[in-house]
Amino acid sequence: MAETHSLQDLRQQAAIAAKVFIQRDYTNGTVCQFQTKFPSELETRIDKQQFEETVRTLNNLYAEAEKLGGQSYLEGCLACLTAYTIFLCIETHYEKVLKKIAKYIQEQNDKIYAPRGLLLTDPIERGLRVVEITIFEDRSTGSGR
Amino acid sequence: MHLGAAASEQQQQQPARDCEYSQISTRSSTPMREESAARDKRGGSRRKWQAFPGRNKFYCDGRIMMARQTGVFYLTLFLIVVTSGLFFTFDCPYLASSLTPAVPVIGGVLFLFVLGSLLRTSFSDPGVLPRATPDEAADLERQIDMANGTSSGGYRPPPRTKEVIINGQTVKLKYCFTCKIFRPPRASHCSLCDNCVERFDHHCPWVGNCVGKRNYRFFYMFILSLSFLTVFIFSFVITHVILSEYLPLRTLRPPPASHAGSVSATPHLVVVCFFSVWSIVGLSGFHTYLISSNQTTNEDIKGSWSSKRGKDNFNPYSYGNIFTNCCAALCGPLPPSLIDRRGFVQPDTPQAAPPTNGITMYGSTQSQSHMCDQDQCIQSTKFVLQAAATPLLQTSLGEPCAPSRGPPWGPGPGPHPPTSNPNLSGDAEPPPRQEGAPAHHHHFLTPEEAPSPPGMLPCAGPLSHSHTLPFYSPASQDSLHEDSVRGLVKLSSV
Repeated sequence: MAETHSLQDLRQQAAIAAKVFIQRDYTNGTVCQFQTKFPSELETRIDKQQFEETVRTLNNLYAEAEKLGGQSYLEGCLACLTAYTIFLCIETHYEKVLKKIAKYIQEQNDKIYAPRGLLLTDPIERGLRVVEITIFEDRSTGSGR
Repeated sequence: MHLGAAASEQQQQQPARDCEYSQISTRSSTPMREESAARDKRGGSRRKWQAFPGRNKFYCDGRIMMARQTGVFYLTLFLIVVTSGLFFTFDCPYLASSLTPAVPVIGGVLFLFVLGSLLRTSFSDPGVLPRATPDEAADLERQIDMANGTSSGGYRPPPRTKEVIINGQTVKLKYCFTCKIFRPPRASHCSLCDNCVERFDHHCPWVGNCVGKRNYRFFYMFILSLSFLTVFIFSFVITHVILSEYLPLRTLRPPPASHAGSVSATPHLVVVCFFSVWSIVGLSGFHTYLISSNQTTNEDIKGSWSSKRGKDNFNPYSYGNIFTNCCAALCGPLPPSLIDRRGFVQPDTPQAAPPTNGITMYGSTQSQSHMCDQDQCIQSTKFVLQAAATPLLQTSLGEPCAPSRGPPWGPGPGPHPPTSNPNLSGDAEPPPRQEGAPAHHHHFLTPEEAPSPPGMLPCAGPLSHSHTLPFYSPASQDSLHEDSVRGLVKLSSV
């Protein structure tokens, strides 16, 4: 078992060239937003507009999830009236948006990122701290397997 | 064999991809049900809560999460249930018959609400931030080294902080040596649970959990409803005493059993309620003030946004008016749990490695990311320093909590070097029980460091007495403290 693990690690090492982390942007408070600054590591793989479009869409989705408004107040009051037991049966608005985000990331990976040897990781898997972009080695330059 | 199986499985997932990156699986790992087949092949079915690095207790296969010390929580539960039980058995029958049947009904509803919100506060995730994956930590280290390399060539490494501007106010983000992250604004590391908690309010032993972003509203509803319940019980017990003392003849049918019982139960109720009324009502008043100004207890005690610190010091998180602040805190969208307690540990992902241990941390980051030689050199120097300092420090500190650190399911037979210990890693908030170490003793007891009690101190009541100690480290002193710990590490390694 241990041997298999180290082999797997080796395989990962050979494939993953680097990881880029898009950090959170706190200028507007603790709402979940990510920086749209284009990391230089991605320059050879993807254009700036496309990357910024992805991050901006993600930011909009998170803003929608954390929006204060009639709907969220209604949900909150309803939950409060039932001593918060209602969350045992219904899904919160935030969770619905998170599913939307997971779908969006999957779609972006399939359409744009994977063909360029990149892979976005859903921020929820990293505690909403970073958008992790894995850069895979180019097969032609990477160690042949 | 194993590799082949995994690879072919991935190929099947994307049969149509014919480009040169065909081995990349774009599947998200969140939908764990899909993974179950692969999981069975690997033979691992450990859930993430079983490998959780913090000091927490989990029940019901990870659905319930609490702090490790839960004794006081059971005391709270006992007091509430017993007091209400006495009230319902001995006072309610009399009051229902002589006053109105609404008394037991309202009392019952209040009681259920109190219990519901208490259990919800205690059992939910307060907003724990997961620790950084080795890759993320390595990336941060690299950034920190780059920043330090340009700014200073001094002997001591500068404190690890990062400044961000939030709504026009500069806020310092501190690096957490345990979680290997820059703590987001308002987050703080709970020394008792050993987790970074978002919008950390305080660690409340009475509810047996931290109070943070995800359970603050439950906590507030708990203390608010509890203050209503205690006032309710107190006033009706007094009413009962007065009615039975002065109007014994006018009551039509005083049930003899309950009347006899109330003689013994009522003094107990009066005493319990009298003391709890002041502390609970005071506490809920204090938290109402905090909510309306959108502050946390932590920030209030530190005085982070008080105008004493500077004329243009203001709370950047406030929405500007009391009403919106209250709505946002109590009825805003409920953020999701970030730690996915019931997800399965994936044996091949780096996050599955026990991240509490600084030494394996560095080892694994080196093997998994491609760092330039210079960085690796710096990393390994740090590693040597840390490794050299660890045993020395460990003996000098006595390490009282070492046995409780390693989870019983701790992976691997190797010893766990307690690098995750907040003291050793220079954390800003050492657990209070480790005050015995000279450096911390000094840190806590220097009089000028202890801030004057906050204006609302009487309101804090007994609920906050036993856990305010970790907060008595004003922000301005934190970097100093970190430096002194770092200096200690260096000294002992020489």
